[in-house]
Amino acid sequence: MANFTPWASLAGGMLIGVSASLMLLFNGKIAGISGIVAGVLAPARGDALWRLAFVTGLIGAGAALGAAIPWAFAIGIDRSTGEFAAAGLLVGFGSRLGNGCTSGHGVCGMSRGSRRSLAATATFMITGAATVYVINHVLGGAR
Amino acid sequence: MSGVTVSFLSGLIFAVGLVAGGMTQPAKVTGFLDFSGNWDPSLAMVMIGAIAVYAPFSRLAGRSRPILARAYSLPTRTDIDWRLIAGAALFGIGWGMGGLCPGPAVVSLGAGHPPVLVFALAMAAGMYLYKLVETRAPAAGDFAPRPADVPMGAQGTDY
Repeated sequence: MANFTPWASLAGGMLIGVSASLMLLFNGKIAGISGIVAGVLAPARGDALWRLAFVTGLIGAGAALGAAIPWAFAIGIDRSTGEFAAAGLLVGFGSRLGNGCTSGHGVCGMSRGSRRSLAATATFMITGAATVYVINHVLGGAR
Repeated sequence: MSGVTVSFLSGLIFAVGLVAGGMTQPAKVTGFLDFSGNWDPSLAMVMIGAIAVYAPFSRLAGRSRPILARAYSLPTRTDIDWRLIAGAALFGIGWGMGGLCPGPAVVSLGAGHPPVLVFALAMAAGMYLYKLVETRAPAAGDFAPRPADVPMGAQGTDY
């Protein structure tokens, strides 16, 4: 547990909770990133602007923080370009097939007590852990 | 203040939360998922913090109208089907491989590391691929449109 950052991570999580609460109470929307991004990539009439604004906020803050504290974006794992591409493809396809990702199912759905979100979160935690196990301990320390 | 402004501010705050939480560092994500190695429980703290703040507010939703919108658009499905499980399973494999999920991938675009650009482009391709498969599949097949599914932004099932 050498890299444990409990307070920064707790504070970060609380900010995510604030953001999701604002989206819910003001706009009546779930702050599920995969759904929001998918709606930007394939926009529906009258339902794209709020999504674009949210994604612009994400990227804008990322650009500012990337310039100010580049260490917070360190990759830190050893993967080939092909592996990053395969990972992105699985994350994109899987989040649409499963109707959500870490934010939608893991935070919003879990908070609302959704059975579907609990099942999805448990599933991606298990397959995520199994994948890391194979990479780090079977194929031999890709970190 | 308009709903679009709130969306933008929410995006900013969400991004700061992800960065503070360590989610934009793939090594921290794989460190969390590596239970039999040098386990880093930080991401559990992110989840606990987010749920602790959001859960009470989510109880308020549905009782009245949102402040700036006509109605809530919230997921209504309760069934656990194979798509949910298969989708989450594939998602988890990609998450473990790349150490990124959609939010941090989009936020990290701003920081501009090439592996993240590759990941994000592939993620967009994966989302398009899903749309292609879903719309081209025969109506009676496994990829038939689900009756419970309605367009995003309507009374949606979508996260």
